[in-house]
Amino acid sequence: MTSSIQAATQPHSDPDPSGAAATEATLRRFLLGLPGVDKVGLEARAARLGTRSIKTTAKAAGIDLAIRMIDLTTLEGADTPGKVRSLCAKARRPDPSDPACPSTAAVCVYPDMVAVAKEQLVGSGVRVASVATAFPSGRASLEVKLADTAYAVAAGADEIDMVIDRGAFLSGRLSEVFEEIRAVKAACGSAHLKVILETGELAAYDNVRRASWLAMLAGADFIKTSTGKVSPAATLPVTLLMLEAVRDYTAQTGRKVGMKPAGGIRTSKDALKYLVTVNETLGEGWLDPDWFRFGASSLLNDLLLQRQKLASGRYSGPNYVTVD
Amino acid sequence: MGIFEYAPAPESRAVVDIKPSYDLFIGGEFVPATGGVFKSVNPATEEVLAEIGLASDADVDRAVAAARTAYERVWSRMPGAERGKYLFRIARIIQERARELAVLESIDNGKPIRETRDVDVPLVAAHFFHYAGWADKLEYAGYGPNPRPLGVAAQVIPWNFPLLMLAWKIAPALACGNTVVLKPAETTPLTALLFAEICRQAELPAGVVNIVTGAGETGARLVAHPGVDKVAFTGSTAVGRSIARAVAGTDKKLTLELGGKAANIVFDDAPIDQAVEGIVDSIFFNQGQVCCAGSRLLVQESIQDELLDALRRRMGTLRLGDPLDKNTDVGAINSAEQLARITELTAAGEAEGAERWSPACELPAQGFWFAPTIFTNVSATHRIAREEIFGPVLSVLTFRTPDEAIAKANNTPYGLSAGVWTEKGSRILSMAKRLRAGVVWANTFNKFDPASPFGGYKESGYGREGGLQGLEAYLDV
Repeated sequence: MTSSIQAATQPHSDPDPSGAAATEATLRRFLLGLPGVDKVGLEARAARLGTRSIKTTAKAAGIDLAIRMIDLTTLEGADTPGKVRSLCAKARRPDPSDPACPSTAAVCVYPDMVAVAKEQLVGSGVRVASVATAFPSGRASLEVKLADTAYAVAAGADEIDMVIDRGAFLSGRLSEVFEEIRAVKAACGSAHLKVILETGELAAYDNVRRASWLAMLAGADFIKTSTGKVSPAATLPVTLLMLEAVRDYTAQTGRKVGMKPAGGIRTSKDALKYLVTVNETLGEGWLDPDWFRFGASSLLNDLLLQRQKLASGRYSGPNYVTVD
Repeated sequence: MGIFEYAPAPESRAVVDIKPSYDLFIGGEFVPATGGVFKSVNPATEEVLAEIGLASDADVDRAVAAARTAYERVWSRMPGAERGKYLFRIARIIQERARELAVLESIDNGKPIRETRDVDVPLVAAHFFHYAGWADKLEYAGYGPNPRPLGVAAQVIPWNFPLLMLAWKIAPALACGNTVVLKPAETTPLTALLFAEICRQAELPAGVVNIVTGAGETGARLVAHPGVDKVAFTGSTAVGRSIARAVAGTDKKLTLELGGKAANIVFDDAPIDQAVEGIVDSIFFNQGQVCCAGSRLLVQESIQDELLDALRRRMGTLRLGDPLDKNTDVGAINSAEQLARITELTAAGEAEGAERWSPACELPAQGFWFAPTIFTNVSATHRIAREEIFGPVLSVLTFRTPDEAIAKANNTPYGLSAGVWTEKGSRILSMAKRLRAGVVWANTFNKFDPASPFGGYKESGYGREGGLQGLEAYLDV
């Protein structure tokens, strides 16, 4: 399991080879110089990608791929070791009636639940992702955020999902956001860093493109749309835009970055639209759990129901999949 | 096979019932043609779809007479609100039978079902709804208290948007109180004949809409007929010229919507990803067989490489093939004749020294197909930069300043449409003012709306279709 994480980490590549973020001034100039986003055109393109008709063999392949890409998530104040253990069992074996059903990519929990999850998932290939940095608001001192990260890593997290400081970003303190991501990345050690932009709070698509680049230049391994605590969470246009940013960044730097929409993706049909968008924006190289994830909880059951339907030819119902 | 290869997703043909042969639609009845028959072919497979009646001169006379009778006895006397009811009814039936119309249009024309389903047919219904609303409000259109219709309209439409062009012609004519004789294109008569059935289903009074099928001679006979009061034509500039000649000296009112060689102008501050989509929509929509297609890309020299790289990458994801597959982006060319013209002009482009590029793209063995193509290193003197290709072929030219862009964009005998891509609002407005084109799209392309007038400058024709302005062509004002 660790081999594929290491392969994806690319430790030797510099996230900012051209020095775009060398100073506050160069960083600002670079981000403001990125091409603008036409809202109408972006949303029209996303809607058209959503009209692709994915049937039969393509649907079966897409559903299995989507299951393998899920970060099965529980991020509640009421989370308990029992709830997390149950979720881990589901991540390992989502469909007890079908051993051929793949595991999810990871489970995603709060830092204090990492140790519990880690213990449950030993040897399963399912990774443990932990949110950190005063998730979901990010309103804490840098020391607290770094301690939060270090705690999760020490407990065994393979992946860290951090939030950016949206307040700093929106007030134009871009270097502050950049340096914070770098510091968290350093605190991650060998753990993978996903940077949550919370696109619902950035409001404008231009900001989403700038924040995507900012995070990638600072060394993000993944960029992620949302915490799931703010509405709107992931949307297809925002995901398309972030995938375009990944495509352009990779073309410019040679460093591959992953992408994770999170929150609000509940149906198989939606998941297939996202896969189509990945396929036609970044291509097959990103159709892999190492490079694309879904942050979701209820999505998994809909995928399982559709999967059962494809196999049996008839719809079952919610009582034929497990609650968690 | 790839990780996520899209399986075939064909729309079912079962929804349409193509008859072995079709008659003319005159005076509310389907009547046999007396001029013989011709065949309509599926351009994606070369399969013969049906035999179509060829209207003789006598048939045209009968159709015009039927339209005259309906005009004088029924339609011109009917209150606008009553005419509106029929048009609303037609619009609703079009929506109800949308799938059938979309599938038949794809089969007869070769265009992808995605376009007929999502663009053509919804716009057709919208056009009828729009003009249905005008029928009882003509006195508020700005043409005086009681604007009168013209009489019988002779309408000749092209094969690129068979049903949409029918709607553009018939809806305003009927709303204003005219009756019509419409001749669909020789290669795409089937949806017009299905529309005739819809007229019967809507119980439209007999003779208000008449449809005569045939080739160029039928159309020539129709527009020259002394019994018509109004001629409306959409098609090539060459045919438009001969119609203008035929109509000259008569008191027939004429509108022409002809060819184009539109410039799509991309500035260095454009939203690049959306501009690339816009370029794709401007030239590969409907296989480029669009009179307002953005067939000349004018790109600011400083972003040429970046933009063309992005465009080539995007073209690599276009899916060419079965028009009825819901995932097809690029369908078949409408006819062997049109394919030959595209082939000839692109060969001329290469011979003149332009650089040709197409994505890897397998063309089906049967049918009429042409891969999406771009030409770079194109000079303003090349034929591919001047002549309308009417195919999925883009000629890329560059400019350095807004003035140069305007000069190059306007340096054409045509003036139908243009596109401007920039994030700067003031530049959009100044460009729109100086471009000699009937439609200027800003940060989009090939967007249509029934409320928006459409028509050209210079050799792209005269008169406007659509919206309030479109009423003028069918009123005695």
